[in-house]
Amino acid sequence: MDADDETTAAMIDDEIYANGGGEDEKRNRPIISGEPLDVEAYASLYGGRTKISRLLFIAEQSRCCRNEAMELEALRMAYDEVKKGENTQWFRDVAQKIDGRLGPEYQMDLAWCESVDRRAEQKREKLENELNAYRTNLIKESIRMGYNDFGDFHFSHGQLGDAFKNYVRTRDYCTTSKHIVHMCMCSILVSIEMGQFTHVASYVSKAEQTQEALDPITVAKLRCAAGLANLEAKKYKLAARKFLDTGHELGNNYNEVIAPQDIATYGGLCALASFDRAELKACILILLFFVFWNKVIDNLNFRNFLELVPEIREVINDFYSSRYASCLDYLGNLKANLLLDIHLHDHLETLYDQIRNKALIQYTHPFVSVDLNMMANAFKTDVAGLEKELEALITDNQVQARIDSHNKILYARHADQRNATFQRALQTGNEFDRDVKSMLLRINLFKHESNQKQSKKS
Amino acid sequence: MEVLVVNIQGLSTNPGDLPNLHNILKQAHDSLHAESIRLLPLLDMLDPSLHSLGYLYILEACTSSALSKEQASAVVLPTARFMNSCSKEQIQLAPEKFISVCKRFKDYVMQLEAPMRGVAPMLAAIRKIQSSSEHLTPLHPEFLVLCLLSKCYKAGLSILDEDIFEVDQPKDLLLYCYYGGMICIGEKRFRKAVELLHNVVTAPMSVITAVAVEAYKKYILVSLIHNGQFSTSLPKYTSSVAQRNLKNICQPYIELANSYTTGKIADFETVAQKYQEKFDNDNNLGLVKQAISSMYKRNIQRLTQTYLTLSLQDIANSVQLNSAKEAEMHVLQMIQDGEIFATINQKDGMVSFLEDPEQYKSCGMIERIDSSIQRIMALSRKLTTMNENISCDPMYLAKVGRERQRFDFDDYDPVPQRFNI
Repeated sequence: MDADDETTAAMIDDEIYANGGGEDEKRNRPIISGEPLDVEAYASLYGGRTKISRLLFIAEQSRCCRNEAMELEALRMAYDEVKKGENTQWFRDVAQKIDGRLGPEYQMDLAWCESVDRRAEQKREKLENELNAYRTNLIKESIRMGYNDFGDFHFSHGQLGDAFKNYVRTRDYCTTSKHIVHMCMCSILVSIEMGQFTHVASYVSKAEQTQEALDPITVAKLRCAAGLANLEAKKYKLAARKFLDTGHELGNNYNEVIAPQDIATYGGLCALASFDRAELKACILILLFFVFWNKVIDNLNFRNFLELVPEIREVINDFYSSRYASCLDYLGNLKANLLLDIHLHDHLETLYDQIRNKALIQYTHPFVSVDLNMMANAFKTDVAGLEKELEALITDNQVQARIDSHNKILYARHADQRNATFQRALQTGNEFDRDVKSMLLRINLFKHESNQKQSKKS
Repeated sequence: MEVLVVNIQGLSTNPGDLPNLHNILKQAHDSLHAESIRLLPLLDMLDPSLHSLGYLYILEACTSSALSKEQASAVVLPTARFMNSCSKEQIQLAPEKFISVCKRFKDYVMQLEAPMRGVAPMLAAIRKIQSSSEHLTPLHPEFLVLCLLSKCYKAGLSILDEDIFEVDQPKDLLLYCYYGGMICIGEKRFRKAVELLHNVVTAPMSVITAVAVEAYKKYILVSLIHNGQFSTSLPKYTSSVAQRNLKNICQPYIELANSYTTGKIADFETVAQKYQEKFDNDNNLGLVKQAISSMYKRNIQRLTQTYLTLSLQDIANSVQLNSAKEAEMHVLQMIQDGEIFATINQKDGMVSFLEDPEQYKSCGMIERIDSSIQRIMALSRKLTTMNENISCDPMYLAKVGRERQRFDFDDYDPVPQRFNI
């Protein structure tokens, strides 16, 4: 054990000091980096249904980018995985997408489909009979397990809506908090697969409200799920907090939804886009700790060991130390592969824009005047483009400054509170004046109307 | 008839005799109407300022039937003199007659196509019949129409600057505010125009009138010019008929307003072009053109918030003008109008934007703030008084009494539940 500790400690030291140093051959080949994605290594991080969803997503994205090699690789792996399971609809989809391009072993196998469907029908009948029997006997626990089995059955066959309904039905028959937590976890899993993250959020809060203390792995899983829900809802700050709170206990225990490296990636990117400096520093420390634990747990499985986490940490470090050009460069390199991630895909542009804006704001913040030429150099862009970006930020009130376009200098400008107060006061006075006068007028008119009505009545 | 004239001359001097005179005149009403225009020479025997009541009755009878152009021109001069010099106390005894005389006067003046002749007399008439400066008479809208037609906007403004709180007829108010809005637009006092048109649109009404529709159209355009924005949702206190229907009737204007908010001048001009005929028919084409130029102004003003100096060419580019020369002209005009604070350096073709030099430290500013405070305190007091008055109003109490809950043990209140008036 001691020898292991020493080597791991040494390796961590290497990483801490290898900041901003570009490609480092000592490290193992990273799985998500500037280089094209190693689909196999990526997929090996996951299990269950999410593995196949992710592979299919990668295939679809590769198809749009016309990267046929990656598309076929992903489809091949998806085919193998689907055949291990019982989802015939998916099998048909994959086979159709492959379209014979991978040779005779990866064709549509109707015989397999039919046999799986037959077995499914038999199983369904059996489950239904059992459930009816339990229902007539009114044994709560059996009914609960019956519905649960049904939910599992539908889930493995890809009927997510039915699976969800059945899991939710177990709620009435739950007697202990363990049952409730189990129901919540199943519902969360199905909702994530369905992409309905509002349900995820509500079931997470339901699970967290149980009376008994939950074990740390469940707590970590719930935090992850909450983080995902927040990410989808575009609440990046909350998402970052949840992801970073997840902690190392999760390990590989939730790989039917998310891999530990993903937590670092999602959390890191969201943190970069939304945290202030103090929180960002804490984030760096957490990710450091994360790396340490993951290395300890995973050092048996070198191939799987991702160097991704140190990369995200480095990006954040660069940002924190104001090395904006290298930070944004690196993010640009990571972009192509991050777009292949099923959860990040829709949010990456927004996150990147927010990170870039934050960099610009942070750069100008400490100065009274900034030379736009130097700033353009620091951000590896041209002065005209930079001017436009700054104009947008100033109009949005995120930067308090004004641009001297003649000399290309940015001057900080602090609003004169006193004048602004006077102006506002006078304006409020005028508005009050106007509103009260028209109100009095209206009252008068109403009185007339009601008088008329009164006289008509009498 | 001579008897009548003698009576008038005799009983007008003494205020105690006036009710007596009034009765005599009322009895003679029908015979006067029978004579009509033939009574005109009688007026020469009377003095409009001393014998106002009698003069009024005779004048009213003269004008009761339709008159030809020559007859109208003969009547106009004495009527004008009368309106200018009549005695306030005497005509207050027969206000409806006075109002109808003045209205007919306006008709004749328009018939003779000389609205300017009517402006001063009508103003005098308003002063005579108003019970206070806050009172809106039926003559107000007539006066404003004459001002509009004769283009004497300044005279109209003098009346508009007074605040109105008491209204006789809602219809008068709507017309008054609508014409008032038009006068303010003519004088480029857009803030007041928005206020007046807002009053028309949000006035309580049970049916949509043409006035409300036309006012809404102008209201949209003037809000764009003055505020740079327009929200299609009307305030909560607007009548429900207005809220439901106005938007549908004025669809082209709503579309125009929506394209204004995008800030792209080309889009706005396309929409304006599309509905040009409609705008022309409503006589709003001038306003639309003013809205377009206000868009340029607003875009330039936005630049002052982000830039300290900017080249004329850059201004032209970002505001979508055709050349730096045009940009220079626009900026120059805005500096002259006091809409922005800047200096143009022609050598470099640069504009430097300056801060508002107002420091809020001068005596003038202190006086202004002080008078604002006084004004608002007075308004506040007015509001409280009105609140008290309504709380004591028997009809209000009757209505509230009926709707109160009958059995409210916690809340024993001595107000009886039914008010029998």
